[in-house]
Amino acid sequence: MTENYTALYEEHKKAGASFTDFGGWQMPLKYESELAEHHAVRNAAGLFDLSHMGEVWVTGPDAAAFLDYALAGKLSAVAVGKAKYSLICQEDGGIIDDLISYRRGEDKYLVVPNAGNAVVVAAALAERAGSAQEGGFDVTVQDASAETSLIAVQGPNAEAILLTLVPAEQHSLVTELKYYAAVEVGIAVNGTVQDLLLARTGYTGEDGFEIYLPNEDAAGLWEALLETGASHGLIPAGLACRDSLRLEAGMPLYGNELSREGNPYAAGLGPVVSLAKESDFIGKAALSELKAAGAGSTTGRKLVGLKGLGRRAGRSHYPVLKDGNVVGEVTSGQPSPTLGYPVAMAYVDVEHAAPGTALDIDLRGKAEPFEVVALPFYKRQQ
Amino acid sequence: MSKVVAELKYSAEHEWVAADGSGPAGIGISAVAADALGDIVYVDLPEVGSAVTAGETCGEIESTKSVSDLYAPVTGEVVEINDDVVSDPALINSDPYGAGWLFKVAVTEEGPLMSAQEYAAKNGGEL
Repeated sequence: MTENYTALYEEHKKAGASFTDFGGWQMPLKYESELAEHHAVRNAAGLFDLSHMGEVWVTGPDAAAFLDYALAGKLSAVAVGKAKYSLICQEDGGIIDDLISYRRGEDKYLVVPNAGNAVVVAAALAERAGSAQEGGFDVTVQDASAETSLIAVQGPNAEAILLTLVPAEQHSLVTELKYYAAVEVGIAVNGTVQDLLLARTGYTGEDGFEIYLPNEDAAGLWEALLETGASHGLIPAGLACRDSLRLEAGMPLYGNELSREGNPYAAGLGPVVSLAKESDFIGKAALSELKAAGAGSTTGRKLVGLKGLGRRAGRSHYPVLKDGNVVGEVTSGQPSPTLGYPVAMAYVDVEHAAPGTALDIDLRGKAEPFEVVALPFYKRQQ
Repeated sequence: MSKVVAELKYSAEHEWVAADGSGPAGIGISAVAADALGDIVYVDLPEVGSAVTAGETCGEIESTKSVSDLYAPVTGEVVEINDDVVSDPALINSDPYGAGWLFKVAVTEEGPLMSAQEYAAKNGGEL
């Protein structure tokens, strides 16, 4: 697998990170303790390098109509300045990736795929666009992943930390920024105030921001945030706690809960699919059939939350049992640092998917009791 | 770099053994292993009075990220287990060679063990 390094690799080494390969990237797994990092994000703030994520710009007169065709959601309905969570599906309804799209103008979107899928998504978008001359869409698909860094500040203190780097006259742009919205804001980096794309999005279940910027400014912003954030309890946070945070928040991870073999209805993402939009889109026919057949509600398996009644955690690929018979499989699981009991997400047969159902996870030969619960496991106080 | 204590012997599976021949041998896991596992949240230890065999699994160590088998580095009878580490597994991360010890064995035979120098050279630890 290709070994990629973000512009912040040296910063992570300086901070004593342990590294892991993720989606072909060498990424910080943890710095000191993934539990301490998890709690910092829940109680104060954590600083994440997410530069492995992709950034694909879709621009041109047909940008909105094109994304309505290429993605499962209705991106033309997104107001300029807002963002939308969506899926890019295959013709058969299988999920190629889940992504966030930011509408940056009438004719301009920033599409953010997962690290391991960035190249595939950029290629699929380019292919789906076709060429305007041959009856395709009048859009340009530009993969800016290689030159773009992404830094996230997540946690209840994220706003206060960010404001220390924003000129006073622009503070309201930050404080009034809604969840799933983005704005260009002046942020002090390397001694000058630069206009950077600031989004109020995240993958932790907390309030927080994601900042898109050119690679050459990444180390400067990283260091500035570490310095100004220290007094607010901010510490650098790695992918280990990112995984435990998103699991508590009930958010799916591509490769665990989402795949080309699965479908949005089984994954509980039916509302993300807009069968009602006027235009055709790739996967529509298959997804209509899946929905009509009751996928994820009356047939097949469904993604559920499982709460452990003992101390042992279920792990990815462990079988889920009902009276000793296999009725499902764990996709993600670990002890929840915030809640203090094991949590897991699993696909289980729909007849055993109702909250309150008692199930077991086969823990390396030993049946450990779990109970189906509604997702998310954790929801922050508003 | 993870610390390796000079006075101990080590198994290939990252257990340390404190044996001076005068009594039961103390057993734990090395800082190299504890750091690699991440924050440890659960340990399953052999019972007092049970027999363990060098090279065979005798328990489990679970961290936030993974579950690993615990291997007996020696053969013999378990004479004591560390109840503190069962109730507070984080001791293994904070003090793997001290308060984070796991169990003691009346040794009848040692498995293949390395010196601290050999173990550190093989696993990148720091003496």
